[in-house]
Amino acid sequence: MERREFLIKVVSPATFTVTLFVLWELACRIFKIPLTILPSAMDVFGALWQYREPIADNSFVTLWTTLAGFAIATAFGLLLGIAVGWHRAIYAGIYPVLVGFNSIPKVAVVPVLVLWFGIGEVPAIMTAFLISFFPIVVNVATGLATTEPELEDVLRALGASKLDIMKKVGIPRSLPYFFGSLKVAITLAFVGTVVSETVGANKGIGKLMLDAQSAFQVPIVFAGLLVLAFLGIVLYAMTALIEQRFTGWAFRGQANR
Amino acid sequence: MSALVHLDRISMVYGRGVSSVRAIEEVSLDIAKGEFIAVVGPSGCGKSSLMRLISGLHPPLAGILTVEGNPVKGPLKSVGMAFQNSNLLPWRNALENVLLPLEIVEPHRSRIRTERKQYREKAIKLLEAVGLAGFTEKHPWELSGGMQQRTSICRALIHEPDILMLDEPFGALDAFTREELWCTLRDLQAARGVTVMLVTHDLREAVFLADTVYVMSSRPGRIVKRCEVKIARPRDLEVTYTPEFQEIVHELRHLIGRGGEGAH
Ligand SMILES: Nc1ncnc2c1ncn2[C@@H]1O[C@H](COP(=O)(O)OP(=O)(O)OP(=O)(O)O)[C@@H](O)[C@H]1O
Ligand SMILES: [Mg+2]
Repeated sequence: MERREFLIKVVSPATFTVTLFVLWELACRIFKIPLTILPSAMDVFGALWQYREPIADNSFVTLWTTLAGFAIATAFGLLLGIAVGWHRAIYAGIYPVLVGFNSIPKVAVVPVLVLWFGIGEVPAIMTAFLISFFPIVVNVATGLATTEPELEDVLRALGASKLDIMKKVGIPRSLPYFFGSLKVAITLAFVGTVVSETVGANKGIGKLMLDAQSAFQVPIVFAGLLVLAFLGIVLYAMTALIEQRFTGWAFRGQANR
Repeated sequence: MSALVHLDRISMVYGRGVSSVRAIEEVSLDIAKGEFIAVVGPSGCGKSSLMRLISGLHPPLAGILTVEGNPVKGPLKSVGMAFQNSNLLPWRNALENVLLPLEIVEPHRSRIRTERKQYREKAIKLLEAVGLAGFTEKHPWELSGGMQQRTSICRALIHEPDILMLDEPFGALDAFTREELWCTLRDLQAARGVTVMLVTHDLREAVFLADTVYVMSSRPGRIVKRCEVKIARPRDLEVTYTPEFQEIVHELRHLIGRGGEGAH
């Protein structure tokens, strides 16, 4: 059983990824694709190694700005979600504005942010925040709204206040929704940071790729893409792990129903 | 006989204006302290609504509703409720689920932090009384449906409410478990003298457990019959096979019945 798990969870994705790189390399060689269109896998890994220092440097900036934006989005999203789920009137009032705001492409906001905060990390953090808080709000509010009316009756018949019901039932109940939304939010935050870096920043992987592109250093551009994919996986895995740790009861509870 | 709960020509509606639904029409009844009443009637006749009304969760449209002589203006704060669905919190184990009301109702609420141990013991005793010894630390998904229902009833009783409201609590259980829980409920009520209002579809259940059975008509709900069950207590499951018992059940069945003639 253990062996089987290992095969499925480690060996199979690793094999698939390596195969993909091999195919990429072969395709470049067989069709003699020019370096400026699509560098081969070897070229990209070469660039990755050669420029490891600036790449690491810029990755770090991208990573921490993403996490900073994500942290703000989490706190803000949680609070707003509770507010929205608290009362139908608040929900009705805020929701249309939220949806409208969410449908603005965030690239369009970056120039404004640069105008306000100047070139640097702040616009990246703000973009990450703005793009990622929405799913958290929606999920928390949904979790709060799904409290069974009968359970609410049980508690109200005991004289529980709205706050009591929120604390004892609403908030714990919405935790799985909340943690579930973090996975989506972290991915979005990452996108937000990189988008902002390619528009107005002086550091970060996005900026690095932009510079490499204007210098026709195509392998570095692709090295940047690889790094982004890798960071994305790490961030996603982190939040998925947190989700599993904190809401085990929700998974077990469902397995039985 | 002093009535604990007194309803005088109570009507109740859901919603307002043209879209309002009349759920209860001119219901008058008295519940004495320590009395066990059962309410039966066709689906949708307003049994659950009557329960919510008496608990103060929904205001009446007209009529007088008093509990212990005082008009009811909001949730009574000392009512224990249990439903067909046990509604346990999945992130709490059985014991913690039972303790939930104590975290809400005064004076326990302010004491539970300092006297948690005593309260836990009390809850464990109660769980043991309904046959859940050894299952106190289990989470709801580790309990059978019957066990979940027992836990739910313990949760309704832990704060020693004056009134216990049960809305089809055994509706989702198999016949054997159901009869077992009848006896559990019978014993709990006898031991504590709590006033019980039981809503049920099962006439045998109503007659076996209750002192008084009320039959409601279909919507809007009115009380069409008040039937006192004069079978001596303590009642054994065997009484359900006596002619006397069967006769009462039959009579009630006729009042609700009319199955063959359609709904009207
Ligand atoms: N929250 C609500 N809003 C509007 N109408 C409601 C609401 N709850 C119940 N009703 C209506 O009131 C009537 C009585 O409902 P109630 O739930 O009291 O019936 P019941 O006798 O408990 O039925 P059942 O035996 O099926 O549980 C029904 O016609 C129902 O449609
Ligand atoms: Mg009902």
